[in-house]
Amino acid sequence: MIAYVTRLALVSSLQMLAITVLAFAVIHLAPGEPIVLQQELQATQSPQQKQTLRELYGLDKPLHVQYWTWLNRLVRVDLGRSFSPDGLPVWEKIRERIPVTLSLNLAEVCLIYLTAVPLGVFAAVRRHTLFDRLTTVFVFIGFATPDFWLALLLMILFGVQLGWLPISGLRSLNWEYLAPAAQLWDLASHLILPIFIGAFGGLAGLSRFMRGSMLEVIRQDYIRTAQAKGLPERVVVYKHALRNALLPIVTILGLSLPGLIGGSVIVESVFAIPGMGQLAVQSVFARDYPVVMGLLTIGAGLTLLGNRLADVCYGIVDPRIRVTRRSD
Amino acid sequence: MGTPPPSVGLAAVWRQLKKNPLALAGGAVVLLLAAVAVAAPLLAPYDPGAYDVKRILLPPSREHLLGTDQIGRDVLSRMLYGARVSLAVGFVAVGIAILIGTVVGVVAGYYGGAADTLIMLGVVDVMLTVPRFFLLLTVIAMLQPSIFVIMAVIGVTGWMGVARLLRAELLSLKERDFVVSARALGAGDLRLMFRHILPNALVPVLVSAILGVAGAVLTEAGLSFLGLGVQPPTPTWGNILADGKANIEIAWWLSLYPGMAILTTVLSYNLFGEGLRDALDPRLRQ
Repeated sequence: MIAYVTRLALVSSLQMLAITVLAFAVIHLAPGEPIVLQQELQATQSPQQKQTLRELYGLDKPLHVQYWTWLNRLVRVDLGRSFSPDGLPVWEKIRERIPVTLSLNLAEVCLIYLTAVPLGVFAAVRRHTLFDRLTTVFVFIGFATPDFWLALLLMILFGVQLGWLPISGLRSLNWEYLAPAAQLWDLASHLILPIFIGAFGGLAGLSRFMRGSMLEVIRQDYIRTAQAKGLPERVVVYKHALRNALLPIVTILGLSLPGLIGGSVIVESVFAIPGMGQLAVQSVFARDYPVVMGLLTIGAGLTLLGNRLADVCYGIVDPRIRVTRRSD
Repeated sequence: MGTPPPSVGLAAVWRQLKKNPLALAGGAVVLLLAAVAVAAPLLAPYDPGAYDVKRILLPPSREHLLGTDQIGRDVLSRMLYGARVSLAVGFVAVGIAILIGTVVGVVAGYYGGAADTLIMLGVVDVMLTVPRFFLLLTVIAMLQPSIFVIMAVIGVTGWMGVARLLRAELLSLKERDFVVSARALGAGDLRLMFRHILPNALVPVLVSAILGVAGAVLTEAGLSFLGLGVQPPTPTWGNILADGKANIEIAWWLSLYPGMAILTTVLSYNLFGEGLRDALDPRLRQ
């Protein structure tokens, strides 16, 4: 196990390094110096801002020196200052957004797993029944539905037509004056639609994956053995089969993280939720390069961390994996 | 023993496909959408860019079947032209993704060993780690979001699936007898990779290309919806949806119809792609 974790840590550090190279390469996509472009687009740019950017990226030096300088600052979590009028350090702007996005994603993951796992298991156990067919239809439609469109429709239905749920932000304007219980409901009612929309896409994918995993396991010899020795079907399915079918699901959790963090861009923009995704879109429109770069690096870093945690969990629940180590 | 694995005959594929009504329906809609996109100028009742301030935000009626938008443009006409943009972006982006994914996957799978580890762990896994939407947004922030930039960016960030697929295929195909004998006859690496092995791995590539179009259409619509895709006044389904969001309290038709177009497109490409995969895969034949 220790060897396994060490190797994972080594690979991830190298991958984090590769991510910084990628992020650094992206900065240089901008035609000409980023500063020049910045000047053209934003007439109000002060010489001070220009100096900040020049210092941050060392734009007058050779490429490898620039990268080294940037990397050194990155290690000290110095992502420079935002171009926006407040001129706050980028890390500070991002840090205050992380809890919102992470808790939203956590709620989405819980909802996805609590719904998709039973759905997939029942569909597999009752293969070729009406329930299975309905689930398959749901999965195909779920894959094809643009989440932002579904969000709009639900906003029109529940927000505009029925007036049951608020359609933007995290809190009502009169939040401060509400009783604690009412405050809690207010927050919850703002979160229902975003969490549902965020979970929707993953739901279809995971329930299909769960069904496949369950069908695979049911075919195994040890299941036939369990059936042959006369165990009740319930025990065979929910004790012997389900436990094994759940194993690969852990990996899927890791793989779905970039999708979730990336997906928060759409959900947070549609519902005006002040998280990392909304910050990303706002910064792109404002051409606030330091913030955009910081978000890319931190988003990728968080995902890498999540992936590796999933790998370690997988190693704990399934000892076979530590020996063979996935290579695909 | 030295011959390549038998290719799947078109007639056999068609026989299989005929048994799958959903895949057939998907294929029909795929063709229909392509025809609509090509014939958009003939089908559109109005000029998609013609605005009329006296006819803003009209609900669907006989004159404007899908209503009008906030500056009085006909939504149906804009959606017909939008089909051209969406499908063009989908096809070009997927073409780019397939090209990159093929080269990367074939090289990694053929050489194996250290090259494989470096490519898969160092490039493919890293690309899979970066939240794709953040990467798309960053690149678009650096470049101006023209239609060509959108195509390129969606393609360049979407090739990893094809690479993994081909790598796995290559790892098994390169050990087969027909490859070994071709090598014994003196075929070079490049010839072996692209002339002998790759043609035998094209089936999964074709399927993932079809499924990829669906994904690219969704991504483009998402970017346009945020205002970071193909820029107005060029009509795209995502642009119209963005207008729908701006007028969410008064004009439901601006939100409903473009989304249905996206849903139909993605659903039919997915059904057709998955049906084709089942039909082409002899292992599922029994």
